[in-house]
Amino acid sequence: MKKNLVVIGNGMAGARAVEEILARGGDDLFNITMFGDEPYGNYNRILLSNVLNGSQGEGEIFLNPIEWYRDNNITLHVGVYAESVLRKSRCVLGADGSIEPYDKLIIATGSRSHVPSIDGVTMPDGQDKPGIFVFRTLDDCREIAEYAKGCRGRAAIIGGGLLGLEAARGLQSHGVQVDVIHRSQHLMNQQLDEQAGAILKSTMEGMNIGVLLGKNTTAVLGEDRVTGIRFADGSILACDMVVMAAGIKPNIEIASRCGLQVQRAIVVDNQMRSVTDSDIYVVGECAQHRGHVYGLVAPLWEQAKVLADHITGHNPGASYHGSKVATKLKVMGVEMAAMGIIEPVEERDEIVQFTEPKKGRYKKLIIRDGRLVGGILLGDISKAAYLMQAFDRGTPLPEERLSLLFDIGAPSKKVTVEEMPADMQVCNCNGVTKGAIVGCVKAGKRSPKAVMEGTRAGLGCGSCKSLVTDIVEFACGGELEEDPSVHYYVPGIPLTKPDLIKAICERGLKSVSAVFQTLAGGKEDPASKPGLASLLSTLWAGEYVKEPDARFINERVHANIQRDGTFSVVPQMAGGVTSPAELRRIADVAEKYQVPMVKLTGGQRIDLLGVKKDDLPHIWRDLGIPSGHAYGKSYRTCKSCVGTDFCRFGVGDSTSLAIRIEHTFKGIDTPHKVKMATAGCPRNCSEAMVKDIGAVAVEGGKWEIYIGGAAGAHVRKGDLLCVVENQDDVLKFSARFMQYYRENAKYLERTYGFVERIGIDKIRAIVVEDSEGIAARLDAAIRASIEAYEDPWEAAYTEPRPTEFSSLLPVLQ
Amino acid sequence: MREKEQEVALGPLDLIPPGEGRTFDLGTERIAVFHTRSGELFATQADCPHRNGPLADGLIGDRTVICPLHAWKFDLSTGQLNGGECRLRTYPVRVTSDRIIALIAGVPEPVSSM
Repeated sequence: MKKNLVVIGNGMAGARAVEEILARGGDDLFNITMFGDEPYGNYNRILLSNVLNGSQGEGEIFLNPIEWYRDNNITLHVGVYAESVLRKSRCVLGADGSIEPYDKLIIATGSRSHVPSIDGVTMPDGQDKPGIFVFRTLDDCREIAEYAKGCRGRAAIIGGGLLGLEAARGLQSHGVQVDVIHRSQHLMNQQLDEQAGAILKSTMEGMNIGVLLGKNTTAVLGEDRVTGIRFADGSILACDMVVMAAGIKPNIEIASRCGLQVQRAIVVDNQMRSVTDSDIYVVGECAQHRGHVYGLVAPLWEQAKVLADHITGHNPGASYHGSKVATKLKVMGVEMAAMGIIEPVEERDEIVQFTEPKKGRYKKLIIRDGRLVGGILLGDISKAAYLMQAFDRGTPLPEERLSLLFDIGAPSKKVTVEEMPADMQVCNCNGVTKGAIVGCVKAGKRSPKAVMEGTRAGLGCGSCKSLVTDIVEFACGGELEEDPSVHYYVPGIPLTKPDLIKAICERGLKSVSAVFQTLAGGKEDPASKPGLASLLSTLWAGEYVKEPDARFINERVHANIQRDGTFSVVPQMAGGVTSPAELRRIADVAEKYQVPMVKLTGGQRIDLLGVKKDDLPHIWRDLGIPSGHAYGKSYRTCKSCVGTDFCRFGVGDSTSLAIRIEHTFKGIDTPHKVKMATAGCPRNCSEAMVKDIGAVAVEGGKWEIYIGGAAGAHVRKGDLLCVVENQDDVLKFSARFMQYYRENAKYLERTYGFVERIGIDKIRAIVVEDSEGIAARLDAAIRASIEAYEDPWEAAYTEPRPTEFSSLLPVLQ
Repeated sequence: MREKEQEVALGPLDLIPPGEGRTFDLGTERIAVFHTRSGELFATQADCPHRNGPLADGLIGDRTVICPLHAWKFDLSTGQLNGGECRLRTYPVRVTSDRIIALIAGVPEPVSSM
């Protein structure tokens, strides 16, 4: 009969232990019940700093979503605090009144932020003072971000360790000025020596983060919210919020209440069992093993494996002997890795060191008997993977010490993958070895994506993905299987773009619903709809049957949705040229509809922001100007300089060209945004070389055409497509390239990715030299789309669809 | 008046074109009602629990709505967030002789129905 296994704690340690138990057939041995204090499944706490700085969404960091518990027959008390363990009656009491009997119990309660005893943290009524935060959970992250956005002032981070620095950089992205307050005389004093700490300090200051060292915070100031902090030396720092990142404190209350031996954390033996009660296992930050309490993830994985081996009887001899601790700092703009001891402790310890403070680089290794026992890498961590491995495994180091710090004729990558020992850890977030990856390939998974899903390698921070791919390739013996779905044009229809186009054309499918009916058995994948609508409009031009529900809201209501559900209105202003009368009309409309903000866009247009959906058609009618198309996956705008009309340097009439471009391409659907610019001379004031398509006038009446430029999230100088003699040819080759892009790019692939993927030489051959004989067809196809244009604004206010612009419908009885 | 579940007529079905959603004002609360292309109706709370995105403006299909602000996906029939813990409030809704009828808890009796 199955035994009852109860797990208190659903964080990275608890969930990982359960995963390891299930991997050893635990489902047949135990009925598993888990208590989780937080109202979520298990997420990757290491990545919270990415959530805070906005580089990852909340949804992206989940390791075990709620369905995982259901699929594995685990009863999860989500959002329920486990109150006590009754060891005599062998049951756990939940705060919601639940009683769970156990045969074996796992305590994985982790830790919480240590809040130093400082005056003024709480208000006289006992409530926390608004503006004070800890940085530990997803909810903390969200609250910090909200408050920072609201105050936009100054934030003090108390604690200059790993967590404090990550929080500081994350907070900066919310527009607050950040100061890090640290008690010790140098930053990250647990991991760095004084010299490295000083270099890190100047690196942080270079990123506009203030660093105050040797400061002991004694009070938080402010009556009803934070206004500053006071230090032991009497000085004061004014600030609007305080984030406590001064270390962690193991959650051991439940263990001490039920009589387990507790020191700094719950004391365990080599099998991860409480030394007091052999039916109770402990794992993670709440466990104390041989005097050590670990606050990092790698030791926790090792503990979970031993625990699972032992509790399932899979390997009754399994034994944990402690972990060697290595750390990487995950702060944007700072590269740092540290392991082992910071300073030599024995006479025989040898130091290998390199310093270049101006560039923020510092490398120091401590070697004992030819083996690495400590290391600090700052500013350049290219050797970190190798060194961390050598440190962890205690392998002998090469005699040529210089090669430890720098790559001097390193062996080729392929040899490295082949020579890599099977037990070498490849994914440090999820603790996956080369052996596990190879095993997964041998078991039949033959694509990187399938192996990553199967082993979870590469699914943490993602930095090892290319190494995982190399190993999969190596293990397949070169017979790598490509995952077909990465080649589908949209996820909901299993066809590549060429096959999808063929099917659509052969069967004459002219609406998105018809495509789903015919090619997907009627199953409508909402995420696939906009890509299909874009493609159909490209293929059928005027014959495309418009279905507004297939369009993202922006293209449904021809305006850009804003964070509060209002919209922005950008009237057409070809070439960025306007007139006093037009400006007056725009001003009148902005006043009449009480538009909260009028702003110039990056594309030289006027943006009316904060418009209610209901007002859109009225605003458009009053403006009497066509749509500026600033909202869609389509041609957007063409910026220009003043060109020859007024500029004394201009050699080409960039303004009139930009106006012609706008009138030609307005509203053309493209796989992603297409932003253009024209420049009247090579000074390139309108930044034409970093646009999707740019034209730059050069002496002699000629124009250079650049494609694939970008200056957004990705920065790339465009490739020169060709040099043409006149404006007509700029339009001709721009149009032909645009059509080639429309027909061949993946949905949401910008031109910079597309041009790199196809290659500028091939594109030039097709578009300029007509090497495939398709130029005339491309020209005709884009002409059909240009001719099918109608101003969506005018169409919307002359023939509105019922309730289209109603943000709220009253209930009619 | 005691709060209880109550049928509320929201208006004719053609207020919501197939494949789209609209937000309705019940006075005490706002709900999003979706009309799928396969003819099904669903009703949920109006605002996304993440950042209050207007769910009725989302893309729908296969019993899923995608919030227009940050692409959180919810199951329309259960309200469950795809890959996450939270859940939208859902309301039973049906069509009777081309009128949309929703079952709402705690709505005061409409005055104009007498």
